[in-house]
Amino acid sequence: MKDGSLLALSLAEARDGLRRRSFSARELALAHNEAVEEIEPLNAYITPTPERALEMAEAADQRLARGEALPLDGIPIAVKDLYCTKGVLTTTASHILDGFSPPYESMVTEKLWHSGAVMLGKTNLDEFAMGSSNITSYYGPVENPWRRPGDNRPLVPGGSSGGSAAAVAARAALAATGTDTGGSIRQPASFCGIVGLKPTYGRCSRWGVVAYASSLDHPGPMTRTVRDAAIVLRVIAGHDLRDSTSAPVPVPDFEAALTGDIRGLRVGIPKEYRVDGMPAEIEALWQQGAQWLRAAGAEPVEISLPMTKYALPTYYIIAPAEASSNLARYDGVRFGLRVEGNSLEEMYELTRAAGFGREVRRRVLIGTYVLSAGYYDAYYLKAQRVRTLITRDFATAFEKVDCILAPTAPSAAFAIGEKTEGPIAMYLNDVFTVPANLAGVPAISVPAGLSADGLPLGLQIMGRAFDEGTVLRVGGVLESAAQFRHLPGFLAGGRL
Amino acid sequence: MIEGRTGSWETVVGLEVHAQVISKAKLFSGAATDFGAAPNTQVSPIDAAFPGMLPVINRFCVEQAVKTGLGLDAEIKLASVFDRKHYFYPDLPAGYQISQYQQPVVGRGRVVLDMPDGSTREIGITRLHLEQDAGKSLHDQHPTQTYVDLNRAGVALMEIVSEPDLRSAEEAGVYLRKLRSILRYLGTCDGNMEEGSLRCDCNVSVRRPGEPYGTRCEIKNLNSVRFVMQAIDYEARRQIQILEDGGTIEQETRLFDSNHGITRPMRSKEEAHDYRYFPDPDLLPLVLDPKWVARLHAELPELPDAKKARFVADFGLSPDDAEVLVAEREAALFFERVAQGRDAKAAANWVMGDLFGALNRLGVGIEASPASAEQLGALIDLIADGTISGRLAKEVFAEMVASGADPAAIIETKGLRQVTDEGAIAAAVDQVLAAQAEKVVEYRAGRERLYGFFVGQVMRATQGKANPALVNELLKKKLSG
Repeated sequence: MKDGSLLALSLAEARDGLRRRSFSARELALAHNEAVEEIEPLNAYITPTPERALEMAEAADQRLARGEALPLDGIPIAVKDLYCTKGVLTTTASHILDGFSPPYESMVTEKLWHSGAVMLGKTNLDEFAMGSSNITSYYGPVENPWRRPGDNRPLVPGGSSGGSAAAVAARAALAATGTDTGGSIRQPASFCGIVGLKPTYGRCSRWGVVAYASSLDHPGPMTRTVRDAAIVLRVIAGHDLRDSTSAPVPVPDFEAALTGDIRGLRVGIPKEYRVDGMPAEIEALWQQGAQWLRAAGAEPVEISLPMTKYALPTYYIIAPAEASSNLARYDGVRFGLRVEGNSLEEMYELTRAAGFGREVRRRVLIGTYVLSAGYYDAYYLKAQRVRTLITRDFATAFEKVDCILAPTAPSAAFAIGEKTEGPIAMYLNDVFTVPANLAGVPAISVPAGLSADGLPLGLQIMGRAFDEGTVLRVGGVLESAAQFRHLPGFLAGGRL
Repeated sequence: MIEGRTGSWETVVGLEVHAQVISKAKLFSGAATDFGAAPNTQVSPIDAAFPGMLPVINRFCVEQAVKTGLGLDAEIKLASVFDRKHYFYPDLPAGYQISQYQQPVVGRGRVVLDMPDGSTREIGITRLHLEQDAGKSLHDQHPTQTYVDLNRAGVALMEIVSEPDLRSAEEAGVYLRKLRSILRYLGTCDGNMEEGSLRCDCNVSVRRPGEPYGTRCEIKNLNSVRFVMQAIDYEARRQIQILEDGGTIEQETRLFDSNHGITRPMRSKEEAHDYRYFPDPDLLPLVLDPKWVARLHAELPELPDAKKARFVADFGLSPDDAEVLVAEREAALFFERVAQGRDAKAAANWVMGDLFGALNRLGVGIEASPASAEQLGALIDLIADGTISGRLAKEVFAEMVASGADPAAIIETKGLRQVTDEGAIAAAVDQVLAAQAEKVVEYRAGRERLYGFFVGQVMRATQGKANPALVNELLKKKLSG
């Protein structure tokens, strides 16, 4: 049978079921391999790795049989194709990395496999993680498993971790890794009705994660429940000597932080997040979220993050600046695509013109411009100063409150082809998520309700640096209060 | 000062020296740095800038840079920043070089030069910063393609920038030799210019004495002291000629053509790079513990200037001799071992004269000397205690260099021990005077210059082993008798 019942489990349930030997890791992997095939129309995976999944599952079964279960033994997980996986094609959804199979494993995925997790495959994304809709992938757009009732137009899953979000939402993975540079975990989580956690900068190693904007890139988990996010985070977090920006702080048991008790916590409601033109339903959901938390014993407090309006322009200077530098290595010389030319310069030009898509080229150009002699002070340096002020905003706020509640995105998922009036409209999607990247503070998106046209909407909890525990605990309370039981139209294994 | 057609000109020179840090591993990766390895065998994915790879600073390279800064009497910056310097070239895998731009690890310092006329000149150091080397492009391996060897990519370099305080090609040469000497004393750079461990860019301008600085040209990538001096000399004269012909100097980058001894333009302004420096987001600012810096300072070895002063003060050497002996750390240490507990002037004469001469003939450095410091010391002792004469000692030394044997053993084997038996020497003197009766008559008649002849004859009769003092004593007695 198509074992949809295995697919419907949460990661925590699957973990417990495996330990009870209710089913084997192999059965779980087989079910998920089939699910990966079944959701092929969504284009969520670039490279499925079913054989590797079975091998890893069998090894997990042996440990489980010996009673030596590792924390994630037998848990099928999808990997955003921005993470380098040893011997497995790693594309970053870009033509320029054609045929690139790294001789090393990213730290985060290495930790997953060392904890017994089973690799299902590599998921689609916006090219080099640059985008908020997963339409910039060289391997084609990803479709959201959700559709508006009565409307057959395919919707975007959000981005850039769109493939990971779609795979988890459609039950073709129990969890997935994502990366969040300006909202790339939280916004697709919101669009697909799942949980997405961006940890503190430095909490998870960036070693082996292909860089988009080094000071803003945050690896993190995408799951169907808050508890699952806590379980995965515990495994993938930790200091890594190979990443100089990784933080030497201890990793607590995040699952144990999910006490559900938020009595007396002060929750900041930042007034500057009430942006012009925000749909009423987003505002209403936000207020609903504050009420849920108040009902659970927390105290919502209005706060001010005065620099908020500068976050987006600041982000769109710093991120492209770093990207233009990080992407200089794709020159056709050592790996990936090379288009021959009559001179060295011509080879560079032809290779990079053919290898990079429009959005990547746009950001490389913007980044090159803002770092140029004569413009550096006015753009990059000023943006760095504003970034410092934004970080200070959060520090000041966290003197008064324990966490901050905000919408994740200003809208629900939109149709592929909508919001193409210009890049700015697309960039506005990141307005609520970008500040946490600039400040490096942890943030989680939890599905909290449906939009008027029947699509999931997320709420976001931001917390103090390295206080993922509080973020998860409050996120868990939101999750319980919201009772989000809705399922997308496209579901592997069917609705049960 | 250079005399032009229209009067005197002063040359103004500042040097940027790229010194390869002595370290087993690269600046940001664990790959090895051995010179001469097969191409692309010392390359980690970090050096090759593979996707997702991250740099991690090599603590030892930082220590080497800080030691060098301390050796240059420079300010150590407790916080410095690594920046990315961008340009596209196949031997620069990331498309940027990690360097230090606005906040280098070492600030202002100085080097004191001993000029040949006995004067000293203090040259300011502007800064020292750490950066990665690039790889090597090989254009001669294939008719139409370029090969790239990344062994050198990522190797740690110290860029040491001087103030425009140098006033001639000669001063630049003295500065470069002195800097090299300091680096070698510190053990932070081997100074090997043939292997490219020390490379130099020269900023050259000319001006009328007392006037502001003229427009400078930069001559890139010189790899010998001689080329540095030739290039500066040529460049200064080229600029003077242009100015005297009523022209102006274009600020530009030039290359030295060592075959023709001239400089030529390397790239024009239109091709000038915009390096788009910005702080490397993969690296945190480099923060040093002042206690650690203080410890390095305390552990600094004695440097050439201090050693020279000590040689003059403690050993009574002339400043010139001391200068020669301290130029190379190994030579200075060798000398100190020879001089230990002995007549330092004799030790200096042996080391600078016979030993340096022998090493020159053999074409080896002092570290490969066939005669050890202990052996040379023993030889000096054997002269001092009268076992051998100074003349025979030269013979013994030649044998020491040839065979590496101890001087005592050589003296024993060859029977070179000095004869101090008065009776034996008297007999030899008698024998010589009897055989040269005519000359004895001439001598006694006033041809005193013949005295040396009699000494020579006696020494010859004793195969040079007779104690010269005794020979003199007996000869004089018998000739006057």
